[in-house]
Amino acid sequence: IAESLELTKTKLEQAMTLLHKTVTVRDALNQALDEELERDERVFLLGEEVAQYDGAYKISRGLWKKYGDKRIIDTPISEMGFTGIAVGAAMAGLRPVCEFMTFNFSMQAIDQVINSAAKTCYMSAGSISVPIVFRGPNGASAGVAAQHSQCFAAWYAHCPGLKVVSPWSSEDAKGLLKASIRDDNPVVMLENELLYGVPFEMSEEAQSKDFVVPIGKAKIERQGTQVTLVSHSRPVGHCLEAAAVLAKEGVECEVINLRTIRPMDIEAIEASVVKTNHLVTVEGGWPQFGVGAEVCARIMEGPAFNYLDAPAVRVTGADVPMPYAKILEDNCIPQVKDIIFAVKKTLNI
Amino acid sequence: MRKMLLAALSRVLQGPAATAAAAGRTASRVMVASRNYTDFANEATFEIKKCDLHRLEEGPSTTAVLTREEGLHYYKTMQTIRRMELKSDQLYKQKIIRGFCHLYDGQEACCVGLEVAIKPTDHVITAYRVHGFAYARGVPVRTILAELTGRKGGCAKGKGGSMHMYTKNFYGGNGIVGAQVPLGAGIALACKYFGKNEVCLTLYGDGAANQGQIFETYNMAALWKLPCVFICENNRYGMGTSVERAAASTDYYKRGDFIPGLRVDGMDVLSVREATKFATEYCRAGKGPILMELQTYRYHGHSMSDPGISYRTREEIQEVRSKSDPITLLKDRMINNNLASIEELKEIDVGSSTDISACCPQAAPQAPLGLVAHLGAL
Repeated sequence: IAESLELTKTKLEQAMTLLHKTVTVRDALNQALDEELERDERVFLLGEEVAQYDGAYKISRGLWKKYGDKRIIDTPISEMGFTGIAVGAAMAGLRPVCEFMTFNFSMQAIDQVINSAAKTCYMSAGSISVPIVFRGPNGASAGVAAQHSQCFAAWYAHCPGLKVVSPWSSEDAKGLLKASIRDDNPVVMLENELLYGVPFEMSEEAQSKDFVVPIGKAKIERQGTQVTLVSHSRPVGHCLEAAAVLAKEGVECEVINLRTIRPMDIEAIEASVVKTNHLVTVEGGWPQFGVGAEVCARIMEGPAFNYLDAPAVRVTGADVPMPYAKILEDNCIPQVKDIIFAVKKTLNI
Repeated sequence: MRKMLLAALSRVLQGPAATAAAAGRTASRVMVASRNYTDFANEATFEIKKCDLHRLEEGPSTTAVLTREEGLHYYKTMQTIRRMELKSDQLYKQKIIRGFCHLYDGQEACCVGLEVAIKPTDHVITAYRVHGFAYARGVPVRTILAELTGRKGGCAKGKGGSMHMYTKNFYGGNGIVGAQVPLGAGIALACKYFGKNEVCLTLYGDGAANQGQIFETYNMAALWKLPCVFICENNRYGMGTSVERAAASTDYYKRGDFIPGLRVDGMDVLSVREATKFATEYCRAGKGPILMELQTYRYHGHSMSDPGISYRTREEIQEVRSKSDPITLLKDRMINNNLASIEELKEIDVGSSTDISACCPQAAPQAPLGLVAHLGAL
């Protein structure tokens, strides 16, 4: 009896795994790259350590072994040079995925991202397209200090001609990367290093080779009635945690995962604000001229303004270069308690 | 009268020994020596300057064969570019062209010599002094002028302007100094990836040659053996700064270090052609990148906002015009070697002027364009 019970248990586990498979963000990204490399031979990956090292954060593990030197290219430490090369390759018909070890280093190459990639379709009146994806970890990590912790969401989302996506879950990561690679425009994909190792449930649908998450559509992660929390990337998780705590106190939060920063799905936010009458934005980046600022401005300009019962509140990273000491760093990024505080402030409770 | 006729006949019979001026005078005054096409030579061979070499055992040939057909084509193309640039100068002063306008007159032998040495399936990318290249790569004068004047009929529908012109296998037209160089290597990477034996000519100026990203590009192009021909158009001045004041080494053909290089007379369309043939052959053989420095000169200032005489003398400009003008050089060669007549070339001169004037858009504004069209690819 014990044996057959064990067998049943194993079979049940297997069934559960198939139904509710958990996949880390890292593996989801790896799958997306693998599938797109297989699907279209014009797709290739270049960046520092992406090939023989299996990726600085192991995102491209196994890909060089499978696809070889032609498709997975290790570059020297020359961001401006290799980014320009990637953009040129895109102009000439290839579909590069250009990895920045972190987006902090993309600043060295930002001229190529903006002036060469983002603007070319417009400047050429559509005759030259640049189907490139720039991807890598963005924002704060853990203890990496000021020069390695900046969030570039606002910087890139500012520019017409670019699409900017920011995944949170594994489904987001896989679906958005696939969609980005298939998009004929330059796309900046802002990943998060602290999320790479986090497992998320992946539906069966999400495990299919043609699963894409449409760019430009937000996702309601949690339905609510009293306040709208708008966020992107890792802070989405904190919003859900805050929502769980607040639910016990009788406050039901609606949590919106932006998924795409540009073009922003403002309609989803408006529909939610019309329902809840309160808005809190949550982001890891600095407050001035940030994602939250843009959300608030657009809500003011649109129909949802008339439905606000209180001013919107922004929860952001602290307006300082990221310090090293843990206690300082912890207080520089939005925490669950900061989100709860902001909700209570806007609800006046 | 008889003596004059005899003198004329003897001069005609002497053929190419006659000077251009003498032949002109003779041809126009004495009807007996009227020319028809059978009087011309089919081709002629010319000595061209030997190139300075860097890390190369052999360089391009020191002789070039020019057929009559080729000569007329090169002449017409260069003259059209010259006249188009001078027309742009006029239009700019009339404020019909606005913003930045960087003119190419004086440098015609470069873009024409390059174009005739490569195939339409090869690729070209350059910086912002782009009108000559756009024309050489196939954009009609009318379309170029329409773009310069911000009209819908322009090659970028008026959205690009002087610095952003594109066509098939021609990637502009880039405003950020030096940024086009990594782009060019990327196009070369695509050439290698697709395996169609195409090359990319990647141009930059003496000013841009000091940009860090160019050295990053040299490294990767050499490492990955990209079929990229790096071409430095050295016109002696980066805006208002002479090469001596900007570069610790002005041997731009050597700046690629581990990349072989050659220095070419950029005022001679045949030298440019032969050097480009040599360079592209090198790349197509899979040997990796190569670097060409074309020594050339621009008559105008850096742009239309620069009179171009505060950092160089009028005498210098005049000297280049009289001794090294690329169009005059070709013209003299053709006349002296019986490849064309003075009238014929004059006809081309007049013809190109007329054509260009006919392309000039009216001053009246056109209907406004869609602002957000082309914001993203579909």
